[in-house]
Amino acid sequence: QLSLFRLTMKRLFSTSHSSVDSKEMKKFQLLAHKWWDEEGEFSALHSMNDIRVPFIRDTLLNMSSNYHLGNPLSGVKILDVGCGGGLLSEPLGRLGASVTGIDPLEDNIRTADQHKSFDPVLAKRIQYKSSSLEEIVEESMETFDVIVASEVVEHVADLETFIKCCSQVLKPEGSLFITTINKTQLSYVLGIVVAEKIIGIVPEGTHEWEKFVPPEELERLLESNGFSVKTVNGMLYNPLSGSWSWMESTSVNYAMHAVKSGAQGQSSPTDALSEMESEQPSATAGTTV
Amino acid sequence: TSAVMAVVCGRGLLVPLRRRLRADPRAPLRSVTAAAAGPLYDVVVSGGGMVGSAMAAVLGHDIHFRDKKIALLEAGPRKEYDRMPDSYSNRVSSISPGSATLLSSFGAWDHVCSLRLKPFRRMQVWDACSEAMIVFEKDDLDDMGYIVENDVIMAALTKQLDAVADRVEVFYGSRAVGYTWPLPSHSCDTSPWVQIELADGRRLQTKLLIGADGHNSVVRKEAEIKTIEHRYDQSAVVATLHLSEATDNNVAWQRFLPTGPIALLPLSDTASSLVWSTSHEHASELLSMDEESFVDSINSAFWSNVNHSDFIDTAGAMFRSAISLLKPSGTAVRQLPPSVAKADPESRAMFPLGMGHATEYVQHRVALIGDAAHRVHPLAGQGVNLGFGDIACLAHHLSAAAFNGSDLGSLKHLLKFETERQRHNVSLIAAIDVLKRLYSTRLAPLVLLRTWGLQATNALPPVKVRI
Repeated sequence: QLSLFRLTMKRLFSTSHSSVDSKEMKKFQLLAHKWWDEEGEFSALHSMNDIRVPFIRDTLLNMSSNYHLGNPLSGVKILDVGCGGGLLSEPLGRLGASVTGIDPLEDNIRTADQHKSFDPVLAKRIQYKSSSLEEIVEESMETFDVIVASEVVEHVADLETFIKCCSQVLKPEGSLFITTINKTQLSYVLGIVVAEKIIGIVPEGTHEWEKFVPPEELERLLESNGFSVKTVNGMLYNPLSGSWSWMESTSVNYAMHAVKSGAQGQSSPTDALSEMESEQPSATAGTTV
Repeated sequence: TSAVMAVVCGRGLLVPLRRRLRADPRAPLRSVTAAAAGPLYDVVVSGGGMVGSAMAAVLGHDIHFRDKKIALLEAGPRKEYDRMPDSYSNRVSSISPGSATLLSSFGAWDHVCSLRLKPFRRMQVWDACSEAMIVFEKDDLDDMGYIVENDVIMAALTKQLDAVADRVEVFYGSRAVGYTWPLPSHSCDTSPWVQIELADGRRLQTKLLIGADGHNSVVRKEAEIKTIEHRYDQSAVVATLHLSEATDNNVAWQRFLPTGPIALLPLSDTASSLVWSTSHEHASELLSMDEESFVDSINSAFWSNVNHSDFIDTAGAMFRSAISLLKPSGTAVRQLPPSVAKADPESRAMFPLGMGHATEYVQHRVALIGDAAHRVHPLAGQGVNLGFGDIACLAHHLSAAAFNGSDLGSLKHLLKFETERQRHNVSLIAAIDVLKRLYSTRLAPLVLLRTWGLQATNALPPVKVRI
């Protein structure tokens, strides 16, 4: 109750459009201590790691030339937006990345902090902060190599603001990974009716169909805000086996990988190319703005 | 035995439903009382025998475990294997080609080959009560298997463990006396790791405990995992034997006597290893008799036909001619086993036999491999190979889990290991048990059954290949 009050106060005093929706936060408040029960309410998110972690890992490995045996993501700075209890931050940390996990709900951050505290390696590699994306923008301009926003964009209040903020904290040519739910009849039937009301693999009321984001719209928003969408893959959950798999069709769940353009938020490929030719070739060599 | 199989398979059937139907996650009952200090390891292997050492070595050489910390706990002292003694050790194992592949995957097989081993090309198995015989042979020039002294395997494993000493810490003279299990991770104010207490008071913590501590596994008992166990009324007598004359000696011989199977496993052109499973009384007799009588007993066990009966012989001969009409190549040529001249003086020893199978191979943060999970009769020469098979499977799943950044102690991938191995092991273990019982009798109907069965199996290549 106290943290909810604090959250509401924070929202009243925030100056920019907030991407945080307080109604959404209330829903997750009740489940804040249940994140790490692999067989509980969040079991589908736990098993989603089996496809989203390899997706992120392999995409990043394909893009980079150096590989540290045993620590494939060593040296990569990742921002996990809407990290919840840290379900995705921890595997990424184990693979060697430096992870910053942010979530507007303090209880989630508390759960996440407590869970990582027993593993000295993770405790060092992962930092959690109770915060919205906008609140860290100023101190984190172009800080991160990678942003992951998994099962988050269907809960934000203002998607375009969210994407703009992502762009601001991401280094040029940095990667943005999003997983979310499509807005189709099928996703209504499977994602809400079946998942929430019938089988109950997602706590009831978690999702609102109105806020689901079709991949075309997400792609449009990304491309018009300085991103170039590289991959879109459909995902499917099998409730009998409790496992996720990739699928051609994006009509229910999907994952998207986009790359922030190299300079000045140019979105057209030819412009980006000529810009890059006249600038520093490596993204890690410091940016000239 | 079908009841046995039903019980151990039943859990396998429940696996897909486990996540939905189970109210409590499967975790050992005791919980951590105080957060105990102690260095934290990613994997601790308890038991430094052939299977435990190989498990630690395989993980230590895995590329996805480069930055992980592994510990191996062995109660005994470190043995130096600089030089192999000239005489052969009396404990040997039959290593299958699959096990050899595993050992070569981390460089141990090369060491074995540079020390000593004996490949064999052919295996002849026959009955004392009839003429029935089955011969296993590879058509191509590959080896069927290898007879290797256990000390040689340990020497190779120790060398490969030394090679990754920066990742794998071996604790010699360290017996674990207590394990404390974590509660399932979601409810923790206390440590989520397995706490291990050693006899000298030292403590360790680990994310995954692998029990490779033999058929009386402490890990298994402390985890309260039930086993289906049965002590056979048999002991195995082992010895190192010298043959009457040098021969190619690339055949493994086994004859089923009513008291139990006697096997001669080749060590070199002039030496073979004896594994004779028989009653406890007979085993003690064999150990106490003088060398000449001992050698006579062995030769007579292989050569004498005193257990034949005319009835069985005739029935067997009829069946054989029937087979040769249907399948001309279905009866193989019977070779004669070599005769034994001497036995190494200090090499006679005996140990009791039994079978066992753990109902579960895994729990949250715990996995059992080797004899800790399953114990079999030596008649099929499968014991250590099952253990090596466990290692290959578990290492595969752990490697994938490490590359996915998963929590190594998570039941998700441990259950996959359990399902795969139980599926493979249960039928083999049950079959070995059935064979043992089937061949322990002189009763004519059963002898006939196994005679015809053996002859039929010998004639059918597809069945033989599967074996």
